[in-house]
Amino acid sequence: MPYSDKVLEHYNNPRNVGSFDAKDPSVGTGLVGAPECGDVMKLQIKVNPDTGVIEDARFKTFGCGSAIASSSLATEWLKGKTVDEALGIKNTEIVEELALPPVKVHCSVLAEDAIKAAIANYNQKQETPEPTPEKREPAAV
Amino acid sequence: MLDTCKRLERDGCQVTYLPVDKFGRVTADQIRAAMTDKTILVSIMAANNEIGTVQPIKAIGQLCKEKGVLFHTDAVQVVGKVPVDVEEMGIDLLSLTAHKIYGPKGVGALYVRKKDPRVRLEPQMDGGGHERGMRSGTLAVPMIVGLGAACEIAHREMAEETERTYRLRERLRSSIMDRLPESYLNGHPTERLPGNANISFAYVEGEGLMMGIKDVAVSSGSACTSASLEPSYVLRALGVGDELAHSSIRFGIGRFTTEEEVDYVADLVVREVSRLREMSPLYEMVQQGIDLKSIEWAGH
Repeated sequence: MPYSDKVLEHYNNPRNVGSFDAKDPSVGTGLVGAPECGDVMKLQIKVNPDTGVIEDARFKTFGCGSAIASSSLATEWLKGKTVDEALGIKNTEIVEELALPPVKVHCSVLAEDAIKAAIANYNQKQETPEPTPEKREPAAV
Repeated sequence: MLDTCKRLERDGCQVTYLPVDKFGRVTADQIRAAMTDKTILVSIMAANNEIGTVQPIKAIGQLCKEKGVLFHTDAVQVVGKVPVDVEEMGIDLLSLTAHKIYGPKGVGALYVRKKDPRVRLEPQMDGGGHERGMRSGTLAVPMIVGLGAACEIAHREMAEETERTYRLRERLRSSIMDRLPESYLNGHPTERLPGNANISFAYVEGEGLMMGIKDVAVSSGSACTSASLEPSYVLRALGVGDELAHSSIRFGIGRFTTEEEVDYVADLVVREVSRLREMSPLYEMVQQGIDLKSIEWAGH
């Protein structure tokens, strides 16, 4: 399978590999795919609660080179966008940027799903009337 | 041969498919139990191309003789690598090909027993009635000579080559598996082709790994394409989980493989698997003590 230079570049030098603390209220985590299907993506965003801007993003991916490149690219694109803007990222844009062949389109779909799942998780945390970090701190001490 | 069996079924034949054990083997007893008074043919792949498992051909051949059932074996993977004797092994029909033994692509042969018993076949094509009606059409003599020469060389060098490829295979396998925890050899530990090593690397996807070792020609049991997300059916038949089947790589050692190449590949694989594991959410979860089976995965 011929891979585009951009896929190879992301595969060899993946951006933003790593993890945030999933319990951090400013972090949204998306975990999509399944091991038996051959790809799993974990994508995390760290949002500034005052501005709604995604200040940082991380990923870890089990999958082929195109899956790794799609998630690496997604973390790059997420940084600096507001949560609402991030929801507008389309898998077709990832396909175009990485020149993915038809058999690899599902990798971009998975990346879009991961973005949406991470945002949904972040939004859920904001809506849930959980104790704010300030309130929780004394309890933890 | 599965597709051929499917065709026979469409033509009204009844075909029994036998399962294999966790190493990919069938036994003569299993075949004996599956035989009926209507069984006319047993067909077994002498060795599997993906996992390298070699079948107990001689025992199966003896059983077929005893039962008066024809015995065919697809010996494409073993001819030239493991001694094959159609008399000693009770083989009535045997398929082989030139390109697996460094001969030209596009030529193969079917051995057909002439007596005790005489095997009668229907020709697959009609025409001028060449080759006693069995294969109409003009033969590609240079290809056939190429096949013969390849067999001659393979036969002459077999003992030495088997020893050498086995040694290199073990060097590769142990060098990789001793350094990488949770790597698993697929197929039989000893009853396997000398040059075959099929290894699963947990938490790393095979096609992703192939990209990291792209200087090396290997294949993966993971077919990560939109048409099919199904991993290798051969590995599944051994009971290897889909997740580990997606993590498998087949390495082949051949006549021209050197010790330096083996060491280079082993180092490269260890480096890339380690790198990809650091990038793998599955590896991270297991490190955190999470049971992957406890997760409700959102399949797609």
